[in-house]
Amino acid sequence: MATRTFVAVTATALAAAAMLAAPPAGAESLRIGMITTLSGGGSGLGIDIRDGFLLGVAHADGRLGGVETEVIEADDERRPELAVQLADRMVQRDEVHIVTGIVWSNLALAIMPTLAREETVFVSPNAGPSALAGEQCSRYFFNVAYQNDNNHEAMGQHVANEGYERVFLLAPNYPAGQDSLTGFKRFFDGEVVEEVYTQLGQLDYAAEIAQIRAAEPDAVFFFLPGGMGINFLKQYDQAGMKDEVPVFGPAFSLSQDILGAVGDAALGVYNTAQWSPDLDNDGNARFVADFQAAYDRLPSLYAAQAYDAAQLIGAAVAAIGGDVEDTDALIAALETAEFDSIRGPFRFNTNHFPIQDFYLRQVVAREDGTLTNRMVDTVFTDHADVYAADCSF
Amino acid sequence: MDPALVVEQTLNGFQLGVMLFLMAAGLTLVFGIMDLINLAHGSLYMVGAYLTATFAQAFDSFLLGLLLALPAAALVGVIVEVTALRTLYRRAHLDQVLATFGLILFFNELVRMIWGPVPIRLDPPDFLAGQVEVLPGIPYSAFRLAIIVVGIAVAIGLWALIARTRLGMRIRAGASNRPMATALGVDIARLFTVVFALGAALAALAGGMAGAVLSVEVGMGEQILLLTFVVIVIGGIGSVRGAFFGALLVGLVDTYGRAFLPDLLRLVLEPAVADGVGASLASMAIYLVMALVLVVRPRGLFPAHG
Repeated sequence: MATRTFVAVTATALAAAAMLAAPPAGAESLRIGMITTLSGGGSGLGIDIRDGFLLGVAHADGRLGGVETEVIEADDERRPELAVQLADRMVQRDEVHIVTGIVWSNLALAIMPTLAREETVFVSPNAGPSALAGEQCSRYFFNVAYQNDNNHEAMGQHVANEGYERVFLLAPNYPAGQDSLTGFKRFFDGEVVEEVYTQLGQLDYAAEIAQIRAAEPDAVFFFLPGGMGINFLKQYDQAGMKDEVPVFGPAFSLSQDILGAVGDAALGVYNTAQWSPDLDNDGNARFVADFQAAYDRLPSLYAAQAYDAAQLIGAAVAAIGGDVEDTDALIAALETAEFDSIRGPFRFNTNHFPIQDFYLRQVVAREDGTLTNRMVDTVFTDHADVYAADCSF
Repeated sequence: MDPALVVEQTLNGFQLGVMLFLMAAGLTLVFGIMDLINLAHGSLYMVGAYLTATFAQAFDSFLLGLLLALPAAALVGVIVEVTALRTLYRRAHLDQVLATFGLILFFNELVRMIWGPVPIRLDPPDFLAGQVEVLPGIPYSAFRLAIIVVGIAVAIGLWALIARTRLGMRIRAGASNRPMATALGVDIARLFTVVFALGAALAALAGGMAGAVLSVEVGMGEQILLLTFVVIVIGGIGSVRGAFFGALLVGLVDTYGRAFLPDLLRLVLEPAVADGVGASLASMAIYLVMALVLVVRPRGLFPAHG
């Protein structure tokens, strides 16, 4: 009996202590829900986003916009239904002011109804599906990275500029894959020899590579993020095709997180993005150096976007004098926030998506032999997405 | 249709097939002999790929890396069998599925802790990096040819092991009548450990070779595990011969589907529609074959016993 009483008392004491430790609602602190993919497939991207964001918070001495900042992490395991649960929990229990972190477009689409209903701001450091840019746009949704079509549009423009006439297109058979090829074709005016949709998560691309060899195109455009890109590039090189038909892709197919695994098969390949590790501005140099020092690896595009998400939030919170409980004021401040984006010029369009420049990058080897992207040219200046006209809040 | 393309796609299908066979052989042995559903078989494939990459980098030789990874992965298999799986043999299949699913999570986190979240690099050996002309005018990746050769050699080796050796006799005895085999003095516990280690080494061989073609990343095992289960269901659970022919069938159907279905559909449909429908049909092809086989021969093409 005595033991049982003791256990009950201890449990009560622990519960009380836990309640004391939890942040009291309404206190002068900024709570940010970081929902991202930290385990399983694709976790490399989520971990980069978390680390990039935390570096942004650290550069603000733990106080974004001068307000004590608490980042609450949760792993969505790349599962939409889990992301919705987490978003609910973050809003109800943790009473976060802003949610960020989501990597994947289908997860962003899944949690947005919850966040809009609860009037909580979502600053997306990556996912930018066309649905949220056009008719279904929400005033609570901000994308600090790009609209999904943009990087593909930039590559379509570059491939057309270079005078390639017959191009073979390759993308996974899911909404972002179809958006990708649509974006490419919007600016590429030559002939599309063949459009091949592969399975999401496909391992072996030998069949497609044989088709490319048989079709004899001038160039190949491929959108295969993560492990799919690693598989394709290695196999394309092993098939002896890399020197026969050049490949082009958006930055997702050749971002820092996969270059180490692809190796020389990626060397020299051109890709397009709104950011590059060697972009010449003070903020970017500091970001790249400090990221490397803190995490012992080079930052990817995803880390850069998350770092800018932290900077954006900091600028908006500072503009409203730290009153983070006033959501309407926070949204207005985010729309006009001025911060030194590490990608160069940045402003929001009317649909809360960026208007920004897009660059051509090339995979090169650094002195120590590690591969990275180097900036080559500017493809688009002040580029906006085509969906903004359909959006009204 | 271009005959060169057909030859190349057939080789691609064989190559995918023998890769699946290496996975399926181990899984089907464990399934058929130990009556254990081991979802963690894909984890051993992943461990094999990571160990091969690590050893290959340390000794600057792919072959040495692969040769060292096989016993190392077999050792991991023995540890898993002795510590975790042994308690599961007498339990229901659902318990086994739950426990081995837990092992998947455990191995994924373990690999992430040791090697980090970013995919790592594994290149084929230099002497196999180029092309070989298999027929005049048809170049083919030397490494993929090597995979086909190794896969067929392993298939012959396994057949010889099971049909011609004392160990193979015990394995067959354990598979067809466990109580009788025990009564005749076969040490079933030890036999299971040996079979599991063999399965782990085969998975590691598949992982090590696949790692030079595919991405070596956390979660790579689950991607191939599903195909492997399709293979052993088609081939007949517990049958190594079934695994071989099932794997070749799946490899060929999958490759031909992806290569030729969209083109065939283009003859009757608009190109844009044909590409979309073709891609969807191609990704369903192997499951359609599986469904068909289950209707015609519910126990698979080569039922193991009975």
